[in-house]
Amino acid sequence: MGLPTFKKGIHPNDNKSFTNHKPIEYLPIPEEVFIPLQQHIGVAGDVLVEKGQEVKTGQVIGKSEKFVSAPVHASITGTVKAVDQFLHPLGIKATMIHIEKTAEEDEWETINAPENWETASIEDLRNLIWQAGIVGLGGAAFPTHVKLAPPKEKEINTFILNGVECEPFLTADHRAMLEMGDKMLIGMSIIMKILGTENGYIGIENNKPDAIEIMNELVSKKFPAFKVVPLKVKYPQGAEKMLIEAIVKRRVPAGGLPMDVGTVVNNVGTALAVANAVVEGKPLIERIVTVTGQGITEPKNLMVRIGTPFKTLMESCGGLKESAIQVYMGGPMMGFAQYDMNVPIVKATSGIICQEKSDIFKKKTYPCIQCGNCVSVCPMNLLPTRLSSFAEMVKLEEAEEFGILNCIECGSCSYVCPSNIPLVQWIRVGKLQVSESKRKKVA
Amino acid sequence: MDFTAIIIAMASLGGLGMIFSVGLSIANKKLHVEEDPRIAEVIEELPGANCGGCGLPGCAAFAEAVIAGEAEISGCPVNSDEGSQLIAEIMGVEVTTSERLIARVICQGGDYETAKKGVYQGVKTCIGATFAGGGDKLCSYGCIGYSDCVESCPFDAMYMNDNGLPVVINDKCTGCGNCVEACPRDIMELHPESHKLFVLCKNLDSPKESRKICTRACVGCGICVRLAGEGNMEMQDNLAVVNYDIYGSDPVLPTEKCPTDVLAILGGQVIEEKQSA
Repeated sequence: MGLPTFKKGIHPNDNKSFTNHKPIEYLPIPEEVFIPLQQHIGVAGDVLVEKGQEVKTGQVIGKSEKFVSAPVHASITGTVKAVDQFLHPLGIKATMIHIEKTAEEDEWETINAPENWETASIEDLRNLIWQAGIVGLGGAAFPTHVKLAPPKEKEINTFILNGVECEPFLTADHRAMLEMGDKMLIGMSIIMKILGTENGYIGIENNKPDAIEIMNELVSKKFPAFKVVPLKVKYPQGAEKMLIEAIVKRRVPAGGLPMDVGTVVNNVGTALAVANAVVEGKPLIERIVTVTGQGITEPKNLMVRIGTPFKTLMESCGGLKESAIQVYMGGPMMGFAQYDMNVPIVKATSGIICQEKSDIFKKKTYPCIQCGNCVSVCPMNLLPTRLSSFAEMVKLEEAEEFGILNCIECGSCSYVCPSNIPLVQWIRVGKLQVSESKRKKVA
Repeated sequence: MDFTAIIIAMASLGGLGMIFSVGLSIANKKLHVEEDPRIAEVIEELPGANCGGCGLPGCAAFAEAVIAGEAEISGCPVNSDEGSQLIAEIMGVEVTTSERLIARVICQGGDYETAKKGVYQGVKTCIGATFAGGGDKLCSYGCIGYSDCVESCPFDAMYMNDNGLPVVINDKCTGCGNCVEACPRDIMELHPESHKLFVLCKNLDSPKESRKICTRACVGCGICVRLAGEGNMEMQDNLAVVNYDIYGSDPVLPTEKCPTDVLAILGGQVIEEKQSA
């Protein structure tokens, strides 16, 4: 029997050899940072600072009292230069706080961590995670304290730590597991204490044998309750619904959440951030970013402050090559193309990928030949070809009936389409239109 | 040859036919619905394009609404004044003629004028581009240029020019407003024919910013506002706005004073000439 995995999915070339052997480098504290108020799913915070104010590293500068939100913190010690609209890596203008560095050394403003987390109350721990502004660092940026507060009727019996990193090119989670595995497992223990579950799994794809080995070693030494599960290499295994299917063989119902099958999934980076917050009292002000691709002179894994402009990272990697023509934030399958290198690193930035002309195939689109390739790879068992044409024809009711809202936008359908139809792009447009029209109906 | 089988078949089928025909004729009498004959007459006088410009699903629905007194006789934006007059005659009332509306393109940022972000490879419709960063132009207020409005026009009254901007053929435009609905950036606007003065820009960026991204952007200098005089025009968020209630129908403004050529006096085919220039 082979290694566990989920049904369907694709096998893109993983391209991880650019950076998977390179230790994480700490980028020097940047001269300036731009911190967007909204870096998470949910309500954007209100600005708590004003122009000219001095801020310390870790100070809360944006916060909302709403439950589904996360505060943002100053990531350097300096002066607030402006609170204005700047370009966000998602291609929109958003309110950001521009801070200029004044001190070479960090002056910290930490959160009140308990002396011993093992005796702290669950409520306190959850509150601490909220204060630290922790969101899902895998890319979706869903506030973690919300995920860790499932409604009473949903009994959570399984926790999965997501070390899959199925997007090609990215190696940030891989390096974190190798270098900070110990702390990460403490974070996992904290999360499991909050959830009150005993079953902890760590899912890692088989293309990271060194990470599996190190994790196994740590688990057998200190955390015997956890189980490391090597997985067959396949995309999109890092999507939480697929990972649940692969490890515990449960299928999240359509329109449901992982908690409906008694499971919670968190990224390894998130567990690390939880440990930092609870054990050391450090809010989420930095993250690991993989800067990679054929188009960058020296690919690296960097630990950077949130809000650092892209160009600062690129300079430290030797800059873009002449031949580079496209830069993405995130992985190549689900990332966002960028046109301005002044955009900042946000909590959801897992990587910056710089591609050369030869990597990008601008192919002609042909009509659908009804081959069914997209149907056979869709991990959510949808019909991408139907959904995309419904979206194209603005047939929103039909699209909803065919389950367009269940699409996880993994892009597998577009990847396999022999006619180069922009399937996932259309489905995304359709999804947004459907949810918009639903919102209008409610209002 | 035995004819009985044929006779039995004919008799039984004939009998069945008789029974059903009696049933049908009773149903016809009993379930008869009185339809106003005027509905058909009104439909005759309507354009029949089923464009939806009146807000109802097609011309027949509009005709019914008119008969029921739920819609204005002049509620069809497409119908000519004579058409409305004929409907009014059918209804036996007087009609007040409404002014003809024309769709206007409130943006001059074509491919030549605007600065670009890069190459856009997503789906080539305006609504699709809106959800994916907003196309390849840097301006986040202007025309995206993927012709959703032209596609939506049921009267062939629009086309895309060489500069990647939509053009309204004034004579063909019926003012149904489909293009206004289709545009995700609100570039298309319906204006009465009497509105002559236009600020052909929607950009609210700071003057410094807008100067960088488009050579035909309103930079908020305020020259037009000073020339037009108090109350006739005003500046709102870096954009000059005409107060159409009291001004704009008979302007005597020297539009060439506008430094970025945003201010225009439009009428007839001028819009087309100006935009393809």
